[in-house]
Amino acid sequence: MSLLEPAETEALLLSLKVSATAVSCALPLAVATAVAMSRRTFPGRPLVDGLIHLPLVLPPVVMGYLLLVVLGTRAPVGGWLLAHLGIRFAFSWTGAALASGIITFPFQVRAIRLALDSVDAGLSQAAETLGAGPLDRFFNLTLPLALPGVVAGAITAFAASLGEFGAIITFVSNIPGETRTLPLAIYSALQAPGGEAAAARLCAIAIVLALAGVTLAELADRRLRAALGR
Amino acid sequence: MSVAIRIRHAFPGFSLDVDFEVGAGITALFGPSGAGKSTIANAVAGLFKPDRGRIEVNGRTVFDTAANVFVPGRRRRTGYVFQDARLFPHMSVETNLRFGWRRHEPRAGEAEIAHIVELLGLGALMARKPAKLSGGEKNRVALARALLSSPEILILDEPLAALDSARKREILPYLERLRDEARIPMLYVSHAVEEVARLADRLIVLKNGRVAAQGAVFDLMSALEFSEITGSAPYGSVIGTTVAAHNDEDGLTMLGFDGGALAVTRLPQALGARLRVRIQAEDVMLAREEPTAISANNVLVTRIAAIRLDRESHADIQLDCGGTKLLARITQASLKRLALAPGAEVFAIVKSVTVDQPSASRD
Repeated sequence: MSLLEPAETEALLLSLKVSATAVSCALPLAVATAVAMSRRTFPGRPLVDGLIHLPLVLPPVVMGYLLLVVLGTRAPVGGWLLAHLGIRFAFSWTGAALASGIITFPFQVRAIRLALDSVDAGLSQAAETLGAGPLDRFFNLTLPLALPGVVAGAITAFAASLGEFGAIITFVSNIPGETRTLPLAIYSALQAPGGEAAAARLCAIAIVLALAGVTLAELADRRLRAALGR
Repeated sequence: MSVAIRIRHAFPGFSLDVDFEVGAGITALFGPSGAGKSTIANAVAGLFKPDRGRIEVNGRTVFDTAANVFVPGRRRRTGYVFQDARLFPHMSVETNLRFGWRRHEPRAGEAEIAHIVELLGLGALMARKPAKLSGGEKNRVALARALLSSPEILILDEPLAALDSARKREILPYLERLRDEARIPMLYVSHAVEEVARLADRLIVLKNGRVAAQGAVFDLMSALEFSEITGSAPYGSVIGTTVAAHNDEDGLTMLGFDGGALAVTRLPQALGARLRVRIQAEDVMLAREEPTAISANNVLVTRIAAIRLDRESHADIQLDCGGTKLLARITQASLKRLALAPGAEVFAIVKSVTVDQPSASRD
């Protein structure tokens, strides 16, 4: 890390922390959503589907603005959370994680849903005749068999989250050490006179991270498929 | 030990309306694709809920629309062997085998597990993943997995349909042993007449969602109506025999049945062993006078019970051999030349006899 200035290391670590938090908190919710969307039909389903996919098509800045309106310290929900639970999202790294989690949520849901749909329903029937109830079948059969898709979705979401800019800068601003993630640090370096070298170094890190993510996803997928006997 | 099945269901363009019972041994649900066989199997297993009906397994009502009873599939204790085996790909053979076993009380003991593993020849496969098994091995694992869940009824849905003939020959002896050993009712879904002739004790013939005929395999296969119902050429007769004598000098074994005996090449079975033989209708020649100088070992004295002409040039003849029914297929020209009529005595020359040997043919 001696190649990097302390502020750059800080931005890198913060980025990893924000993305890891965003993905791991969103994952269980994404699995639950994918299950609901893949097996069931319910009234208002198209609306729910649209809402889940909204972050994919909405400009991130709009997403950040909406978050600010709802969760800002003086906004109704944000104010209540701060007053009663001491939770503050605005201008904090947790807010950056929240914004990243929402933006990358559709990636996870889509990948998990595809994986769930690809699990042969006949296997679940076989398990039923062997005495397995719905939850038993889900946790011992469907979910393990869908695991490669779940992991791929999580890694893709993690990689996408590392690049989030608009929603973060709008919602939680650009505070060094708190909300200045890698993309924000690159932006700031380019704004400062003589910051090109720093920007180039940060860009190199971003590229390495992206490559590592893609390779890891591929490797994990192959390992898992082998373990699942395919 | 019996299963009573009464189902009515309307599909778009097809309706199912059946009422029959399945007792001990193998009952074959026989019929062409689309006759409703798998739908019935799924209804018994609780994987499909028909519009109306009642299903009772060993006195326990598992489905009754009148009383609003629907026991879910997981509590029906159905051992279901699917055509595509449906092994869990992420589990080893052993974990697959114990999947149903673990979820059912009372569980089979370790000795019984070992017995079933031995019966189906799975000892060397236990640590393997399903992807590393051949088609025949997969089916055997599926069969063992179903058996180990202590089922009250075993459903086999076309378990051989996806296999080539070599793999079929590999599985059939196991199924025969199972039929002879297991005491639970078995429902065998199939559209292959040869499998049914070899395995089934009773036949339920399905056609367009209705039971077109039912009865013991020995009676039904030799009935002239059978080919009419199934719309195919008659298969032949299935006869239950016992080993009556061994003639080591000639290398022959005599198989006795009601009304006669058949000589076949020397078999390893002990005297008194029960064996099923199949004689295809095309392998039976008829003669009005006793043929003397003839190479065939088996010439049976029979009486013509019934004759049925098909639309082409064949005549199917049902023969009565001391109570046992045989089928012969000759040409209508021969029928005319020999002036055969019901009641006439004829000599049946049996050219070929297939003996099904459950345990001896196991390699």
